[in-house]
Amino acid sequence: MSAATQARHWYWQRISAMVLAACVLVHLVTIVYAVRSGLSGEALLARTRGSVAFAVFYTMFVLACAVHVPIGLARIAEEWLGWRERASALAARAVALAIVAMGLRAVYAMVFA
Amino acid sequence: MSTLRVSIWRGRDDGRFVTYEVPRQASQTVLDVVTHVQRHVDPSLSYRFACRVGMCGSCAMTVNGVARWTCRTHVSKVVDGKSSNRGGVPVSRPAPMATSDAGDAAVDGTTEGSDGDGGSLTIAPLANLPVIKDLVTDMREFFDKWARAKGQFKGASTRQDDFARVMPASPQRRLADAGIECIGCGVCYASCDVVAWRPDFAGPAALNRAWTLVNDVRDVQQPQRLRAVAGDAGCHACHTQGSCTERCPKQLAPTAAIAGLKRATARAAMRGKL
Amino acid sequence: MKLPVARQAHNHPAWWAYFVHRVSGLALAAFLPLHFWALATAMKGSAGLDAFLRFADRPLFKLGEWGLVVLLAMHMAGGVRVMLIEFRPWSGLRKDWIAAACGFAIATGLAFALALVH
Repeated sequence: MSAATQARHWYWQRISAMVLAACVLVHLVTIVYAVRSGLSGEALLARTRGSVAFAVFYTMFVLACAVHVPIGLARIAEEWLGWRERASALAARAVALAIVAMGLRAVYAMVFA
Repeated sequence: MSTLRVSIWRGRDDGRFVTYEVPRQASQTVLDVVTHVQRHVDPSLSYRFACRVGMCGSCAMTVNGVARWTCRTHVSKVVDGKSSNRGGVPVSRPAPMATSDAGDAAVDGTTEGSDGDGGSLTIAPLANLPVIKDLVTDMREFFDKWARAKGQFKGASTRQDDFARVMPASPQRRLADAGIECIGCGVCYASCDVVAWRPDFAGPAALNRAWTLVNDVRDVQQPQRLRAVAGDAGCHACHTQGSCTERCPKQLAPTAAIAGLKRATARAAMRGKL
Repeated sequence: MKLPVARQAHNHPAWWAYFVHRVSGLALAAFLPLHFWALATAMKGSAGLDAFLRFADRPLFKLGEWGLVVLLAMHMAGGVRVMLIEFRPWSGLRKDWIAAACGFAIATGLAFALALVH
């Protein structure tokens, strides 16, 4: 991986972090609010089903995670587990795809299914 | 007079700690302690020093687990044990310099210490560098990384040209000033986890040097320098652990320099100019 | 013997902030697939979600959830600190933000705990 690519990765991790910081703040408030009124499938889905705002917000959240998480994990794999760069880059790509797939599936299940 | 128990690393990467007894004196530095051992106990002990006043950067060692410049580290500040004189009680008489015979003019700044209870010190060579012998490390890789990070100034003007005028208050001059006092002691390099994890990583000192030159308006190899310090062998491997900034004896902030390089190189990379 | 690695070198707030940031990030990354899987049980309607919620309604799970919420708050606030160091003019290692991140995590943890027992 070229130094320029690594520099861009750093940049994208910071940009995604800025998005995530805002998302997490909203998410934490949402969690506390949702838990407060007691967790039931019906109550949760009543609020999320058909909500475009929910879908847009959490889609953005999932995509930002898909950028942010793999870059961090690749660093840890290299530095703590001694993975080669090629292996960590491949694994990071797989993690990114898994997060997008599983995350969007979850959003779909909460909003549209 | 109390004595200090000093465990000093002997050998190469494979070696052992040997314990010596050194008379505790007022205003004694860790370098004084090592010098005492070499001059009075075991002349085969190897260590480096030159200026003794914090200018040359050659006497850095690991003292009780932390990298420090030993010539300006008082024993009282780092010693383990109760007679550490930590309260900063002023010492009445200055300590004799290294020429003194340890027995005679010694003034013990600590009042409570009885015989032998001058506390203990563990002194090892700097981490993250190959050990040549005892407290002497091989600094080649450390300085080679400065060179690879384009740590050399290269100007375009000749002796026929007028002086370059750089305003002292200009932002770039100020940024360069912030890192210019580095003495190359290697304390930051030895304190950095990322250096241990990524042998290619340039390290805080080399990147700090590069950043002072990035802010030198006279320098003409800026694109090459940014290329040299980008990526995982350069500034982007830094995780802002801050050990370099925390430990720098000159109170410089390599973390700030590295942050500046991260921004400058990422900007260049995003514009396809790296 | 080999020259021992000196762990004392790590013992300062900024290093611990890094360590907490990394470990919390790792824990959150590990939790993420589980969280997505749990939400996807809603694919079968509220019955599916309820089945999972009943399954997760035990003290150990609640404690784990609470821990993750605290880690999320910590990772976020710690991340903001890192970005302030990297993008704003230098003003030290911003240890005030380390304290603030701990405070924010504690406050979030208390709010969540309060919501849980509500």
